[in-house]
Amino acid sequence: MNLFWAAFSKELREQWRTYRLLVTVSVLSLFGLLSPLLAYFTPQILGAVPGAEAIGELIPPPTVMDAIGQYIKNLSQFAILFAILLPMGAVSNEKERGTAALVLSKPLPRGAFLMAKAAAFGLVFALSLLIAGLAGYYYTGLLFEYPRFDLWLAMNGLIWLYAMVYVGLTLLFSTLSRSQALAAGLSFAVLLGLGVASISEKVAVYLPAQLINWGGMLFIQPEASYWGSLWISAAMLAGSLLAAWLIFRRQEL
Amino acid sequence: MSAIHIENLVKTYGAVRALDGLSLDVEAGSIFGFLGPNGAGKTTTIRILTGLAHASGGRATVAGVEIGHNGALARRIGYLPEEPAFYGWMSAQEFLEYIGQLFGLGAATRRKHAEELLKKVGLWDVRKRRIRGFSRGMRQRLGIAQALVNQPEVLFLDEPASALDPAGRRDVLELIAGLRGQCTVFMSTHILADVERVCDTVGIIHKGRMVRVARQEELTSAYALPVFRVEVTANGGPSLTEWVERIRQQPLIEQAQVDGNAVRIRVRDVENARGWLLHALAESGLAVERFEAVKPSLEEVFLNLVNEEAGS
Repeated sequence: MNLFWAAFSKELREQWRTYRLLVTVSVLSLFGLLSPLLAYFTPQILGAVPGAEAIGELIPPPTVMDAIGQYIKNLSQFAILFAILLPMGAVSNEKERGTAALVLSKPLPRGAFLMAKAAAFGLVFALSLLIAGLAGYYYTGLLFEYPRFDLWLAMNGLIWLYAMVYVGLTLLFSTLSRSQALAAGLSFAVLLGLGVASISEKVAVYLPAQLINWGGMLFIQPEASYWGSLWISAAMLAGSLLAAWLIFRRQEL
Repeated sequence: MSAIHIENLVKTYGAVRALDGLSLDVEAGSIFGFLGPNGAGKTTTIRILTGLAHASGGRATVAGVEIGHNGALARRIGYLPEEPAFYGWMSAQEFLEYIGQLFGLGAATRRKHAEELLKKVGLWDVRKRRIRGFSRGMRQRLGIAQALVNQPEVLFLDEPASALDPAGRRDVLELIAGLRGQCTVFMSTHILADVERVCDTVGIIHKGRMVRVARQEELTSAYALPVFRVEVTANGGPSLTEWVERIRQQPLIEQAQVDGNAVRIRVRDVENARGWLLHALAESGLAVERFEAVKPSLEEVFLNLVNEEAGS
């Protein structure tokens, strides 16, 4: 466990010192903050465009649901982007540069090496979504009305899990390949593949993307639930990390 | 007891046999030079012994522990790869302390170890500088320091000085020589001069097989040339050329070549020729300054062995 903490604290320092944490927190927070503002001001902005005043008048007055919708759409898109871009070189770069061989010739188990990375990314996303969530919640309340805080928290938790599915997959692909571009490409391919699969509504309710729909639905139909999607997402995350570990422990460095 | 014991180690990559039944014992406390041309299997052997690669066959123990990726082995060894890579965003001291953490050292101990090692490898003044800005030589010295954090029983160094300039090489080799008696050093290289400078024992690997293992002096003696060199002082005494003309008639002498005040004499029977030559020199009245059996360089021995192996 001590070795896991050693590796975990190194990963966190790396996220901080290479500005990845700062960039992720800043971008997600910015969109968390901008989402209710955009929802609120969009009709006014359109109305102010010369010649498009009529369009501004056609748009119904924005509600708290528009702010929530804007928030969940922006955050899920950027979270996925970062969930693929941040871990794409986490293992492949270390293998390629030789730092993995150096530190894994020490008593650091390969499982701890991988899990420390996954946990650090988990914390980076949790912290980013927390700050983005608080900013978004504050401005939503200020401009519209405060939504239920527990539901707001649950919605951000679902975005976090959605992002973590892709963190897990990208870590797996980064373990499999020696190229970060290939790792990212494979993750985007899975994202695209699942997007195509979700054309079927029967399948869609079990896919990770349903977590985002569920997040939005929480404020319309709090009783609606998509536990199948949640369990499959959790299983995809756990399965990706397990597969990454099983592959990595046999790999030669 | 051997610090490293290898039995019939085999490593294949598809149809290629990188290691072909390698067997070897390395005496504890020695500095072992693992010598071989590029592609002979030196790095593969080290990667297997450090648990970073798997053997296709055979077995090996390092410091009494079976090889494989396990904590027990990792705790006993130090490893410097050919091109050590670090986290560029860390400082030298931070990196050494992190490595100490991976060995389970407490905060005070790892700080103390890191500071001692930074002084030892000459990086104390740049201990807080980011590794990203380090030169090749500085990285190599940091690489040696990180390999010593746990005070290993066996230290593996893969081509530790190959890519360095002469001053860097001298520093690194002095550092390695300074480890004599503290731990067993297993150093791979293709630079014979480095081995001659620091190693007690030499193992020559060629095409994945051990060609010869011996103490350095045994190896050079075993391949001693049947050649003596005599150097005289020019003092107006008897002529060296005349003496050489006389000895050329002897059946023991195969060839004698004068070069200024020196003569290189190739003989047929080294032991008998030695006594005879000393006697002949004493009787000649020449002012002898030096008389020596010409030893082959490690390079000559190495090339001989590799050529013999290639021919067999």
